[in-house]
Amino acid sequence: MRKRFASRAALALLGALPMLAFAADAPAPVPNKGDTAWMLTSTALVLLMSVPALALFYGGLVRSKNMLSVLMQVFVVFSLITVLWCIYGYSYAFTEGNAFFGGHSRIFLAGVGDAFKGEWSLAATFSKATPMYEIVFVAFQATFAAITCCLILGSVVERIKFSAVLIFMVLWFTFSYLPVAHMVWFWPGPDAYTDAAKVSALNATGGFIWQMGALDFAGGTVVHINAGVAGLIGAYLIGKRLGWGREVIRPHSLTMTMIGASLLWFGWFGFNAGSALEANASASLAFLNTYLATACAVLAWTFAEWIIKGKPSMLGAASGAVAGLVAITPAAGNVGIPGAFVIGLAAGVVCLWGVTGLKRLLKADDSLDVFGVHAVGGITGALLTGIFNSPDLGGPGSVQDWVTATSGYPGIAAQLWIQAKAVGITVVWTGVVALAAYKIADLVVGLRVTDEQEREGLDINSHGESAYDY
Amino acid sequence: MKLITAIIRPFKLDDVRDALSQAGVTGITVTEVKGYGRQKGHTELYRGAEYVVDFVPKIKLETAVPDARVDVIIDAIVEAARTDKVGDGKIFVTPLDHTVRIRTGEIGDDAL
Repeated sequence: MRKRFASRAALALLGALPMLAFAADAPAPVPNKGDTAWMLTSTALVLLMSVPALALFYGGLVRSKNMLSVLMQVFVVFSLITVLWCIYGYSYAFTEGNAFFGGHSRIFLAGVGDAFKGEWSLAATFSKATPMYEIVFVAFQATFAAITCCLILGSVVERIKFSAVLIFMVLWFTFSYLPVAHMVWFWPGPDAYTDAAKVSALNATGGFIWQMGALDFAGGTVVHINAGVAGLIGAYLIGKRLGWGREVIRPHSLTMTMIGASLLWFGWFGFNAGSALEANASASLAFLNTYLATACAVLAWTFAEWIIKGKPSMLGAASGAVAGLVAITPAAGNVGIPGAFVIGLAAGVVCLWGVTGLKRLLKADDSLDVFGVHAVGGITGALLTGIFNSPDLGGPGSVQDWVTATSGYPGIAAQLWIQAKAVGITVVWTGVVALAAYKIADLVVGLRVTDEQEREGLDINSHGESAYDY
Repeated sequence: MKLITAIIRPFKLDDVRDALSQAGVTGITVTEVKGYGRQKGHTELYRGAEYVVDFVPKIKLETAVPDARVDVIIDAIVEAARTDKVGDGKIFVTPLDHTVRIRTGEIGDDAL
């Protein structure tokens, strides 16, 4: 969805005189200050979604003897992926290479700018002549890569070795997150499309899934399906927690889970509305859709649980919120208000099934329901995005001709089929990579702590400390 | 001397404490405990996982009393802790060999 367009021809932004030299032609566009402020804010909001939001959401769901291990895994994985992103991740995800992997041109963020000269490379948004600073795009996308990796942790908590977490994350990030992000989101940018004759050559430089015309506003495939499937594979390979199905393994603090879910909701405005890459109408639509669909999902989960199980639970309401947020992610700026209602309501009910009926069928100890919420919610959202993108259902359609920036819609069946293919490719890709990455981590250090350490808790055994003094 | 151990409903603790004070008991020890008897536990549901929680929270109350006061004190506890429903708890009375007040070194009934 985005890419730099002025890599080598970095713009001189200091001093008005060099700019005047261009004035005879069309003046070179510079990033809008409001857009820049919004994107910096959004980036910080997505960071908040991981630390502390996701860490608290997950931490509250485990037993108190494993609280710190969850906080620590999220904290360190988030940092690890951020560092890898700036070393090579960004380059392989968001520079031109082939349809699956990017190139080497931005290794160690080479060429994003010259701080001394004040010359900064620009990245594309979704509007012509509306660039953003590439370093802002680098930071924004770094938080996406990092939180996606953190999501996977929920499947394997309370028994995985910390060293195995780190080894797995390096491998999975490199061979699943980066290529899937490249496949879905890399494209030449709107300003490259100046002439109808160039279109097919330009399109061919885009990511594999982008070329199919798949719609993924903020990461239904790249983030949620990608992580959800990797989580499920992990749950199968590492095995069930000791005592699963026999002993009471219940959340130690749903209070923290509620705080985490609420902060996720808050931060998700940066995730979804920020994915518009500008402070514009598309961001505003994504913002309201994110707000509304989540509220719908909370109500749907709560009432469904009340009817089916007899009591509306706090954990259910918090889970409904996350399910709604996940499902509206690919749709955020790609559907209208009717889409937000339907996607939110559907996500609440479908993900409730994902963590109950479907979970029983899968027979895996996906401990914190990463698959049941993120993969199932992500697939629900990705498919419904294809339907509710339709202008007939209040959706905005999508740009079909970037030379003239003209929107259209290929029809519900056609778009739904494209979405389904995007989902399928992501599921298979991440499934295979996750399998290999867990196997390698298992060979190198072993995936699980000993039974004795697991009984006593990971906080003391893996990290040498306790969460609570009692 | 006898050690009276009573398992009671947590919300009855204040009533029992008042009744014991009126019966002349000068000190009690209270512990939060869990257990089960005839009272059933409850089920808890966390997403797909349903757990039957057999252990019900109770208060364990202990007090050491002279032999002559045992019946009066048992009556006071029973009166104050009773709701007539399953789960009101139990009282156990055990003989007590020896008692020492640490501050003064007094022993036996003088230490109670």
